[in-house]
Amino acid sequence: MPLQQKHLLGLEGVSAEDISLILDTATTFREILDRPIPKVPTLRGLTVVNLFYEASTRTRISFELAEKRLSADSVNFTTSTSSVKKGETLKDTIRNIEAMKIDMVVVRHQAAGVPRFLTQCVDAAIINAGDGMHEHPTQALLDMFTLREKFAKLQGLRVAIIGDISHSRVAGSNIRGLKAMGAEVMLCGPKTLIPRDVEKFGVQVTYDVEDAIAWADVLNVLRIQLERQEAGLFPTLREYHAEFGITQQRLERAKKDITIMHPGPINRGVELDADVADAEYSVILNQVTNGVAVRMAVLYLLSGNEESVS
Amino acid sequence: MEIKVKAKVIDQEGLQRTISRLALEIVERNHGVANIAIVGVRTRGAFIAERVVKRIQETEKHKVPFGILDITLYRDDFRKRLRQPLVQVTDIPFEINDIHVILVDDVLFTGRTSRAALDALMDFGRPSSIQLAVLVDRGHRELPIHADYIGKAIPTSIGEEVQVRLMETDGEDCVLLVEAPKEVN
Amino acid sequence: MNEIKKAKALLLSGGTIYDASDGSHKRLDILIADGKIKQLGTDLADGFSGEKIDASGHLLMQGLMDMHVHLREPGREDEETIESGCAAAMAGGMTAVCAMPNTTPPCDSQEVVRFLKKRGEEQLVEVLPIACVSKKRAGAEITEMAELVKAGAVAFSDDGNPVANTAVMRAALEYSSMFEVPLIEHCEDPHLAAGGHMHEGWMSTRLGLPGQPDIAESIMVARNIALAEYTGGHIHIAHISTAKSLELVRRGKENGVKVTCEVTPHHLALSDEALIDYDTNLKMNPPLRSRLDVEALKIGLRDGTIDAIASDHAPHSIEEKDVEFAAAPFGILGLETMLGIILKHLVQTGEMRLEEVLKKMIIGPRQILGLPLPRIKEGEVANLTILQPDAAWTVRKANLHSLSRNMPYDGWELNGRVLGVVNRGYFWVAGEARP
Repeated sequence: MPLQQKHLLGLEGVSAEDISLILDTATTFREILDRPIPKVPTLRGLTVVNLFYEASTRTRISFELAEKRLSADSVNFTTSTSSVKKGETLKDTIRNIEAMKIDMVVVRHQAAGVPRFLTQCVDAAIINAGDGMHEHPTQALLDMFTLREKFAKLQGLRVAIIGDISHSRVAGSNIRGLKAMGAEVMLCGPKTLIPRDVEKFGVQVTYDVEDAIAWADVLNVLRIQLERQEAGLFPTLREYHAEFGITQQRLERAKKDITIMHPGPINRGVELDADVADAEYSVILNQVTNGVAVRMAVLYLLSGNEESVS
Repeated sequence: MEIKVKAKVIDQEGLQRTISRLALEIVERNHGVANIAIVGVRTRGAFIAERVVKRIQETEKHKVPFGILDITLYRDDFRKRLRQPLVQVTDIPFEINDIHVILVDDVLFTGRTSRAALDALMDFGRPSSIQLAVLVDRGHRELPIHADYIGKAIPTSIGEEVQVRLMETDGEDCVLLVEAPKEVN
Repeated sequence: MNEIKKAKALLLSGGTIYDASDGSHKRLDILIADGKIKQLGTDLADGFSGEKIDASGHLLMQGLMDMHVHLREPGREDEETIESGCAAAMAGGMTAVCAMPNTTPPCDSQEVVRFLKKRGEEQLVEVLPIACVSKKRAGAEITEMAELVKAGAVAFSDDGNPVANTAVMRAALEYSSMFEVPLIEHCEDPHLAAGGHMHEGWMSTRLGLPGQPDIAESIMVARNIALAEYTGGHIHIAHISTAKSLELVRRGKENGVKVTCEVTPHHLALSDEALIDYDTNLKMNPPLRSRLDVEALKIGLRDGTIDAIASDHAPHSIEEKDVEFAAAPFGILGLETMLGIILKHLVQTGEMRLEEVLKKMIIGPRQILGLPLPRIKEGEVANLTILQPDAAWTVRKANLHSLSRNMPYDGWELNGRVLGVVNRGYFWVAGEARP
């Protein structure tokens, strides 16, 4: 069964079959990355634009590598223009870029819904590389890929997502994807950073990080942003670390095997202690490698050309 | 879909004999088994390759390195598809540098699959040589490619198709000449 | 486009007169001469030679009024003008609209009030200016309210913004109470609502959009009711949208506070679930609320807690709305579809009777503003709406009279065709092409 999506806007509504297909395909691409020549000619002649309205080093590099490993031509459009009102509108920008004959757009934007908006502006396949506080589907896919690599299956796995859930698109996509795959999800963070009515996703919520550790097989630890402190949502990074930080002591107290994930970049000593991040039970670097394979799989599966089939 | 079988060109015993002969020729041509490896092209080529490896082991008491190549990502008809075909894992668990690699496929037709397989293989290293072994050569080449080992050459018309049926995938061993199914879109 | 016409003599024949003041229905023809009702009677067509409108099968009623409209003139004549806004009002069955003061310049001086009155003079639709509560709508110093009322302002509001400073609001309510005009407040705690693009709840969590909690509205409603009680002023809650606010208004009324409120058609017909596709045409402030809020508003309209229905007609250019959700301005058109939506979503469903909802657009707004109700009597000015209440029609964006197009109702089937309106000696009849 081929992929039932033309775009990858998020994991909401994406079936377990589609997610499995992406992860299975990524397994193949993961193997390519270990070859002497880690490159295949598959997407030769295809042009991908990486449209990044928000500073991001690792996601952009990961997509760019995925594109290059598939022999696609890729172009970067990076702008840090924070004011969406100034200058050219998003619609004009994307239509101008499309007029240069491009096939796919990878987009990151600070506003939720931008990838969907772009599907209304152009015909190219759109891949969401993070929109506001909404979704970041490829990150969740690579997280699930990494977990599947370690645990063989996601069904029944207990994943606790720790941190600023409200502002996290990583959480947004992980919750949807993990639930679709039959995993159990618990959210943990300061009450000020847990979004309203989030239980309706079918997840548990706790404000006690030790409860989450005791319950979970996996901790997916999110980056805490200083600007949330500045917005008055928690008092200090110091207190955040004391109450929600993942430390060696907390893990030892739980007396169990646990897997640590983090979407990066890590604030060492804030949400995650350095020794935990570098421990053998941490799969953080596997996540990074797998990210390229998962993005290759997504690019490949969405690259079908409808026009040439009549 | 109704498929009209025109002839059974190789039966079960014939298939076994053909594979045995291919194995023998490979050993003979390479003066033994010391520096060779067998790589089959997914799907049926891989099973034929596996049988060749087994046959060589029976006669030579040596297990030659064996790998499987998935050429989906190297195909040249990629942009003509609406949805992408499933990609399967390529598994070549040995270094291919400086050895003779025998690429095994079921049917040699236009040569495009073999071209893709050659490209794919080259990305793994630099073998001393690559030789091509096919169960059936049905002609109609579109690229300058020829096989080093041919199980059986079967002259066909363009309206015909050669179907290799194997125990592992189809529940029987034989090669059929059938009328090509009409394109349904 | 069909223009307004003047007629020395006009006959509306075959219709049924519905008088909202006493609820009576009478099968009478109306003969109008020089803008006044000359005669009510049967078979007046015999021998009549002036302009005729066949109103068979239609209701003839007091002209409807929309007390919350953004006409955008002066300042954004690309989005709406007094003329185009009045055309939209007529298509929607209105003979009077209140113009909100958030224009450029804002309506905080007599000059702007007079400008609006002057520009409205040649219109069938009466344009009633609402002036700012505070100078430049800045929320700091109150405007020259006495002068503004004399110039023709019918109420005060900083709509679009709340009056955030409670002391300023207190002064405004105390001061304005001398002139017996209401203070219309856009209730929103600016800090709680800051950065919110939609209602905060399950849908905002799903869509990843920052939300405005319902309490951002109700906290200000509570404050304003307390201030109205303390000062004796009249607070009118604009576009009430939450169950919590409604309950506060209900209790305020029970306690004898001078508090009134209005509801928009979109807050009655749509909930935040409609935002699933990030349609910027559904972005307005206050935002679409939860289904529970929608149900509560319907109850409030039925039990009389809500005094009026008003559109909050807020035109925006296509370019402004054709952007990502976060960048789009708040606002939705409403004049031409308000009546149709109410008749479809409240009357046809059996939730309210036709007469009840018509009163919320005839009597409600005029009572709030202390304006006289037009009378359907011989010798009175003819101020009438001609409506076929159960006729269905389909909204076509292309046919709107408004200069803007920011509405999500394209293709919606609504109820209640407006045949025409009569007022100030003019009459207007809808053409074949309707919104």
